[in-house]
Amino acid sequence: MIDFGYTLSKSGTLKIENLDDSRFKALHKLEPDAYKCINCGSCTASCSAGVFTELSLRKILLSLQRGDEKDYINQLQSCMLCGKCMLVCPRGINTRHLILSISKIYNTVDR
Amino acid sequence: MLYKGKQKIWSDYQKEIPDDHWFYVRSCIRQNFFPASEVTFLRILRDELGKDIYETPHHTTCGGIAYHQECIPQETQMTIIARQFALMTEAGYENYACSCITSFGLYCETLETWHEMPEVLERIRENLWKACRREFNIPKYLAHSSDLVYKFRNEIAERAKYKLVNRFTGEPLKVVEHIGCHYAKMFPSKGVGGAEYPYVLVGMAESWGGNVIDYPERRHCCGYGFRQYHVKANRGYSVSNTHKKFESMEPYHPDFIVTNCPGCPYFLDRWQYVIAEQTGKTYGGDGQGIPVLTYEEMAGLVLGYNPWDIGMQTHQIAVEPLLDKIGVEYDESKKYEGSGGKPLPEPEFPMNIRCC
Repeated sequence: MIDFGYTLSKSGTLKIENLDDSRFKALHKLEPDAYKCINCGSCTASCSAGVFTELSLRKILLSLQRGDEKDYINQLQSCMLCGKCMLVCPRGINTRHLILSISKIYNTVDR
Repeated sequence: MLYKGKQKIWSDYQKEIPDDHWFYVRSCIRQNFFPASEVTFLRILRDELGKDIYETPHHTTCGGIAYHQECIPQETQMTIIARQFALMTEAGYENYACSCITSFGLYCETLETWHEMPEVLERIRENLWKACRREFNIPKYLAHSSDLVYKFRNEIAERAKYKLVNRFTGEPLKVVEHIGCHYAKMFPSKGVGGAEYPYVLVGMAESWGGNVIDYPERRHCCGYGFRQYHVKANRGYSVSNTHKKFESMEPYHPDFIVTNCPGCPYFLDRWQYVIAEQTGKTYGGDGQGIPVLTYEEMAGLVLGYNPWDIGMQTHQIAVEPLLDKIGVEYDESKKYEGSGGKPLPEPEFPMNIRCC
């Protein structure tokens, strides 16, 4: 086999019938801005904690919207709540507050 | 959906295509990947059908690849397009035909922008005048070159030497048609058949005896997607998209794929080699791939042109099994013979996919 420097990646197809979005709906009730995110990644690019850890708010929010948060939710424990992401968000989302609400609903605070 | 329903949608999306007098512009990447396709287009339109098609060496890129990778501002890109229109105006033409789907989408987007925002059009006119002292008229008709071949498909069928029929079984060849995304997905009313049921390639294949197959991922992107390919780290995404299409079409055993875009034939052709080298899987019969043709090559084949003159040797996937099915006569020893008998360099053969 030849190494081209890239490989086939797994299909990201979602099975909507298996999607459990009950917690995301609860989050949306608390944080109406949760659907505003356009996944631009500005928050992740400006994140101080993201330099040293895997923390990526963009990936976390996307995984929450897709009901498949298990691989990413624990990343939130690296967040220092500095609020830099809030300053750069082009959609004006209060990301700091959003992170706290995610932690509350998805129980990452207790983990 | 009922066939009647499809017929209705197609009739709603029929496009007015003038009969003659076209200003033709080539595609940047097609000239490199499949250079004979555009030559074949001109040969068919000018020599076979006697149409007036004008092209100029002063034509440049439309800026599409840079624009879609966000390397140039839209205003710069629109000024480049304004210059192409100025060349058309200077040559005395009103009908503009482009060979590239990216360009076609971009021309549609630019014309729509100017229509919606006349002040932008005025600014672009000013930019062009300041940059190169040129003035332009907006084309009366804009078409993709596949629209022209589609328009003249019945005339081509009358002159055809071969049909898209398997001569061993007498059955129509099973054709996968793949439309470039920017042909009608952006502006459905600008493409023949719209975005859902683009008829431009179906019309050609059916008129020339083939049978188009419908498969689940028929309208999926070929995988090119500009940044998905041009950024090497993203190429896994590009090849995965193409892989998804091949997995979807495989059960239908297509005889060949036909496309109307510069990138699609390249990626559907070359990625078969990459998939074979990475996974060992091939999608044609007997360890071979599925041949991928441009619509000009398909037209050239049915008209009986020498397959090596229309550039069939520039494909990664061997086309000989397809030529044998149609019954096209060819001389294998002249496959890599260039103009004037000068030998062309021969490619190395891959490990996991048979190339005759």
